[in-house]
Amino acid sequence: MSDQNSDQKPKAKKTPPKPGEKTRREFLRSGVLAAGVLGASLLGYYPVLQGSALRLRPPGAIKTPLDEQEFFASCIKCGQCVQVCPVYAIKLADITDGFGIGVPYIDAREQACDFSCDGLQCVLACPTGALTHDLNFPADTRMGLAELTRPDTCLAMQGQGFKGQARGADFKGVLRFSEVDRWNPIPLADHPFDLEICDLCVRLCPIEIRIAECAAEAENDEPQNTARVAQKIGNECPPRSAIKLVPMPSDDGVKRMQPVILDGCVGCGVCEMVCPPQIPSLTMNIKKTVDHPGGA
Amino acid sequence: MGYISKSFKHLFGYRVARPGKEEQSEELRAIYEAKKGTLSKSDLEKVHIEHKQPYGGKWLKRRWLTLIAVNLLFVVSFYFDIQLLEGALTASRFVGFHMADLNSALQVILAYKVMVLNLFIGTVTVFLLWVLLGGRTFCSWACPYHLLAEWAEYLHLWLAKRKIVSDHSFNRKVRTVFYLLFVVLALVTGYTVFETLSPTGILSRALIYGPGLALLWVLALLAFEVFYSRRAWCRYVCPIGMTYGVVGVISPLRVTYNAEACHHEGDCRKVCLVPHVLDLTIRGGASQVHEDVGADCTRCGLCVDVCPTDSLKYEFKGLSKLV
Repeated sequence: MSDQNSDQKPKAKKTPPKPGEKTRREFLRSGVLAAGVLGASLLGYYPVLQGSALRLRPPGAIKTPLDEQEFFASCIKCGQCVQVCPVYAIKLADITDGFGIGVPYIDAREQACDFSCDGLQCVLACPTGALTHDLNFPADTRMGLAELTRPDTCLAMQGQGFKGQARGADFKGVLRFSEVDRWNPIPLADHPFDLEICDLCVRLCPIEIRIAECAAEAENDEPQNTARVAQKIGNECPPRSAIKLVPMPSDDGVKRMQPVILDGCVGCGVCEMVCPPQIPSLTMNIKKTVDHPGGA
Repeated sequence: MGYISKSFKHLFGYRVARPGKEEQSEELRAIYEAKKGTLSKSDLEKVHIEHKQPYGGKWLKRRWLTLIAVNLLFVVSFYFDIQLLEGALTASRFVGFHMADLNSALQVILAYKVMVLNLFIGTVTVFLLWVLLGGRTFCSWACPYHLLAEWAEYLHLWLAKRKIVSDHSFNRKVRTVFYLLFVVLALVTGYTVFETLSPTGILSRALIYGPGLALLWVLALLAFEVFYSRRAWCRYVCPIGMTYGVVGVISPLRVTYNAEACHHEGDCRKVCLVPHVLDLTIRGGASQVHEDVGADCTRCGLCVDVCPTDSLKYEFKGLSKLV
């Protein structure tokens, strides 16, 4: 194959290997190099096949709950979604995710997507359509599905209230509280609560907040306003609730409530992030969405 | 041999035969003839002394500054949220204009098999940019791995001089094999397989979004280059270089060689990252008095800096005639 060094000049005499021998060695080395690089690149398959690369993805990620192949393929690994997110919810995966290297994900417990940007900025920033432009409003997203994985830690189910900072004073996560600042998210630690019964997962759910805002607007039902609200229903007004607290039967007189996930849940992860116990009662199931409640 | 066919041969790893006497222009043959027996060591020493620059080459400084500035612009843009150059080297937005690295875009297109408008715009913009600026110019003027590999190369040469390490060359055709391999892998697996390995992407993201374990892979590559094979990734593996090389074949920005004053002593070939492109500087290696260096050249300017007789120069085809 190689003829690069086969016609050495006379000065090559002093080097021990013959030109042909040198070429052969170089050829063998090149083969080993090719096999090595090929092997290294295929190692990236491992985390994908294992499923350890499965993560909560930003809104609009083109994937089915169990198959991220298209998403990995279309993502150009540039991080423009990371840069536009006002709450810095999006991170890029490391090489341990194999083919998923450089692909955006969200660690909901650390910082969930609370749709602070309103307009799905990450979707708009995506240059390749890995985050699809087909969705326009937070309620259209299907990131996963919240699940009551640890009912034993839930404060509401024990009939407990909550007082103080939801995740302690050192928690770095931020959320937008429209009543504090319409535009800028603030640290969760700067917004303490005093609740008779803990309802943070419902109270801070971005979908529930939007529904409440729409309802408040609908109350000022001047004629032109009614038309506008009607127009908003199904658009930025989420059509379905995501989560509610349901009273539990109680024989000891303590008022207990259980969080129930509804079919408006998009899996944004805010309830997981704000849940006060050390081990959150609610977590995101990335293998399910409301459209695929059984997974897959 | 024509510039374009020479460029493709270089890029794909084929050997370019030295031109026969009949292929050389009369003027050039006369020049070669006139040099016979006149090029003395003392002459060369004289031009060397005259040429000596106290603080390294001017193109080296300009290039490193450009490379660092480009990569820092990404970092600064994100850090201070000034939205000047968003994203990373794989894809970005320069004051709102989409840009996409051609090789990354190619991988996405092959794996995903769909090209959305934004990616198309970004790819065309970058294509035109590097057609204008010389294709592999990306490698030496923008790629962050190039800079690290350059330093690793100095270390390799320093160690090699002391006989601590020696360079193990590979067959240059292996880069063509890799190129096809990564194309086929993306197409067949549906994953952007090369991005997993690309030190360019890894470094660019590490600079902007913070370091990660992926940097260990980059370190391993650098160690391989220092201790085993000089500049191995860029020379024998990287498909990004190949993509830009092919794009740059029609570029007007080139390094051009003038055989007239050349001493054929080979200082340029010693510093060159892709020394086969400078084979035309060997006595009898050119076919015209003025000949352009092929498109596998990264236009890094090291040879322009080092050439004691200024026989190698940057040229923007068409522009020099206008000015």
